[in-house]
Amino acid sequence: MKKKIVTLLAVCVVMMFTGGAIAGAVDSLRLGQDLQDMSKEPAKKKQMVVEGGIERSYAIQPPVIPHSIDKDKINLKGNTCMNCHSEKTYEKKKAPKAGDTHYVNRDGKVTETVASRRYFCDQCHAPQVNAEPLVENTFQGAK
Amino acid sequence: MTKGAKKGTFGLLVIGIVFGIVLWGGFNWTLAMTNTEEFCISCHEMEATPYVELEDTVHFSNRTGVRATCPDCHVPRPWIHKVIRKIQASTELYHHFITGDVDTPEKFEAKRMHLAQSVWKAMKDTDSRECRNCHNYDSMDFDKQESRSADQHDEAIENGWTCIDCHKGIAHSLPEGFDPGWNTPGEAEDEG
Repeated sequence: MKKKIVTLLAVCVVMMFTGGAIAGAVDSLRLGQDLQDMSKEPAKKKQMVVEGGIERSYAIQPPVIPHSIDKDKINLKGNTCMNCHSEKTYEKKKAPKAGDTHYVNRDGKVTETVASRRYFCDQCHAPQVNAEPLVENTFQGAK
Repeated sequence: MTKGAKKGTFGLLVIGIVFGIVLWGGFNWTLAMTNTEEFCISCHEMEATPYVELEDTVHFSNRTGVRATCPDCHVPRPWIHKVIRKIQASTELYHHFITGDVDTPEKFEAKRMHLAQSVWKAMKDTDSRECRNCHNYDSMDFDKQESRSADQHDEAIENGWTCIDCHKGIAHSLPEGFDPGWNTPGEAEDEG
């Protein structure tokens, strides 16, 4: 009985180590950086400015932001994106107006200003930097 | 005139000149001393809210490291306007020491719309004089601006709009309830 337990334990210990070795073979997104080390500082990138906007990569993609948003703030008190993209100002500021779907609240009622569930622009719309993709891919969206 | 009277006149003149120098120098020194950012943010009302907000903006941190301090935008440079503004500042002292009505961030927030509107009005009335200490249409190269900005500046020159008509909330947070139409001069006037 005692012998059996000892053997079992030994097997467990061996498996623990080999298991670790198998896990080690997986190349994580840390790219060989030790877990204990700080992650590498990403290269400094400027937010891109593209006149005329950036085309969607697929049909229903939320359009990406073709300008810097460093100066913009979205919080409880205000949303500076709407200084240009609101229904009141978009024509004058020559900015695209927030889509019609953004003016419908969760009860399906059309609202006068952007509905609260669409208030946080940068949940879906992201500014861009001129960077290589971290992982190569061949995605082709339906246009 | 006797010799004694002559001596007295001369003495008075010397005393007058010395007093004059001390008073005028002291006045100018006080004016200069109270015209620094350290002085402005020595009151916690200014340090806790407007200054912290400024730190996030392009007027504080930017590519070239040139920055604006409080008095650059909020104290006029021409002497007479500067003195007038300094006299008006006594109301700020009154609110700081006596009423204390913006002495917490919450109270500041409650008053923000009022405070912002009075600064916008002052800037509008002076045709954004303090902005123009640094920003000058003649030195703006529209080819180096985004086409949208260049177009709007062209329109502004044509219609005589002033900086603050469009650029509200660039150095401090906008007050709650700010209507985006307030930063769009042409349209609002057409409607009204």
